[in-house]
Amino acid sequence: MTDLAYLPGLGRSALKRRSLPPAAIGWLLPSALVGIWEAAARAGLLAPNHLPAPSTIAATILQLARSGDLAVHLTATLARLGLGFLLGAAAGTLAGAVTGASRPVRLLVDPLVQGLRSVPSIAWVPLFILWLGIFEASKVALIAVGVFFPVYLNLMSGIAGVDRKLIEVGRAHRLSPLSLVARVLLPASLPAYIVGLRGGLGLGWMFVAAAELMGASEGLGFLLVDGQQTGRPAIVIAAILLFALLGKLSDLFLARIGQALTAWQDTEVSR
Amino acid sequence: MSTLLEMRGLAKRYDDRLVLGPLHLAFETGETVAVIGRSGCGKSTLLRLVAGLDVPSAGTVTLAGQPIRPDDVAIVFQEPRLMPWLSVADNVGFGLRHLAKDQRSEAIAEALEVVGLGEAATKLPKHLSGGMAQRAALARALAVRPKLLLLDEPFSALDPLTRAGLQNHLGEVRDHYGPTILMITHDMDEALALADRIIVLDGPPGRIVAEFAPRLAPGIKRTAPAFQRWKDRLIDVLGPASGPAGTLTNLEDHRHAV
Repeated sequence: MTDLAYLPGLGRSALKRRSLPPAAIGWLLPSALVGIWEAAARAGLLAPNHLPAPSTIAATILQLARSGDLAVHLTATLARLGLGFLLGAAAGTLAGAVTGASRPVRLLVDPLVQGLRSVPSIAWVPLFILWLGIFEASKVALIAVGVFFPVYLNLMSGIAGVDRKLIEVGRAHRLSPLSLVARVLLPASLPAYIVGLRGGLGLGWMFVAAAELMGASEGLGFLLVDGQQTGRPAIVIAAILLFALLGKLSDLFLARIGQALTAWQDTEVSR
Repeated sequence: MSTLLEMRGLAKRYDDRLVLGPLHLAFETGETVAVIGRSGCGKSTLLRLVAGLDVPSAGTVTLAGQPIRPDDVAIVFQEPRLMPWLSVADNVGFGLRHLAKDQRSEAIAEALEVVGLGEAATKLPKHLSGGMAQRAALARALAVRPKLLLLDEPFSALDPLTRAGLQNHLGEVRDHYGPTILMITHDMDEALALADRIIVLDGPPGRIVAEFAPRLAPGIKRTAPAFQRWKDRLIDVLGPASGPAGTLTNLEDHRHAV
């Protein structure tokens, strides 16, 4: 649903007049591009060693699936991302909740975290390899770092921005600091937290690719390197498309959960 | 009647500026007292001190001779301040976590019934009208069965019709739960219609400049001559909205006259 649905001509009624369901509208442009791309490739306008036809890429993916390689690579990437996301989100949640709820802690901790946030992700790689070795642990740690910052930042600013009047209701009921966090601050900052989780997951996908490009024997990132080194652009593009598809699906999943959990918001979208 | 709420030398300073007091006040059990005064005279500060939302700079507030305990007091703010993620029933039960589930449900149902929101228990606050939301806030305060109910201009944000309806309703609520009520308002009609005693505050620093006990008949029409006479008296005491601070002397005189 568009965020601009309240504008004249873009409202629900305008969308309802179309026969396509709103979710399908987002597929129109990619489908058209794939059609043009396929036609251009078949007409010989594109060099196959640079940009193979979508049908070739689809066949490559199918072949990878049949051989069982696709499942191996997908499982490796999803496991790294899942574990990194859980660790990063847990740490970001804890740090964001504490710094958001306590001004003294925020003054003490936030400048340091903001400083660390500006370190380019790739700069952590040598350190993590030194500390954790070249196998899974360093990759998961890199992903967790990527996920941590958006979760931390959004939750902290979400909590710090909770309406003072609601906090006063909690104080008038003499809630303990912990109860105040659990019963007022966290629920009130849930919309910001979900934005943080979605942002964290997006960065998690970016960092899993970076981690796998650094050196891996399986995973979608490995497919990118393998395709490049063996001169098979179809594999590279297949991996890119799989990253795009999985990233979109995982974000959609989080967005749906978020929508369900924040249906109480009095917004145009939640009505 | 016995004294329930007592303030002795109650004062509040912000930085070096005295904004309220020192005040000496005593409320009888079951009494409804309206504190009326112009904007900025310290009415809300007084309420916040009694509610425990601010710490006094000097003096004490006691309830039946003891420091106020959390369960003794409930407050209804100017705005409903409902938790938007909780249903009306869960909002009403916000202060009842310490109760067993059955007792909690019972208290919620009773409070909703008294304020006439029994049908709206499962609704989210976003689906309530302004008047319904404020009634839910009133139910949340009543559900804890407070000895002292604090009302901070609770009906001022509502349209006149809803406001009059809720003001009438407050009388029924008082009969049912019987709390002592301290109500802050700048609405003279509201003070006269609901309060046993009216305290006029002026400031800053907020000090008592007059006290009335109109004792008007319950449900008296606002157009009734007796009602209008008291209203005129209040207008005399409160003075013009932009009046000089010097009116204080006149107000003191008036208090003695009353």
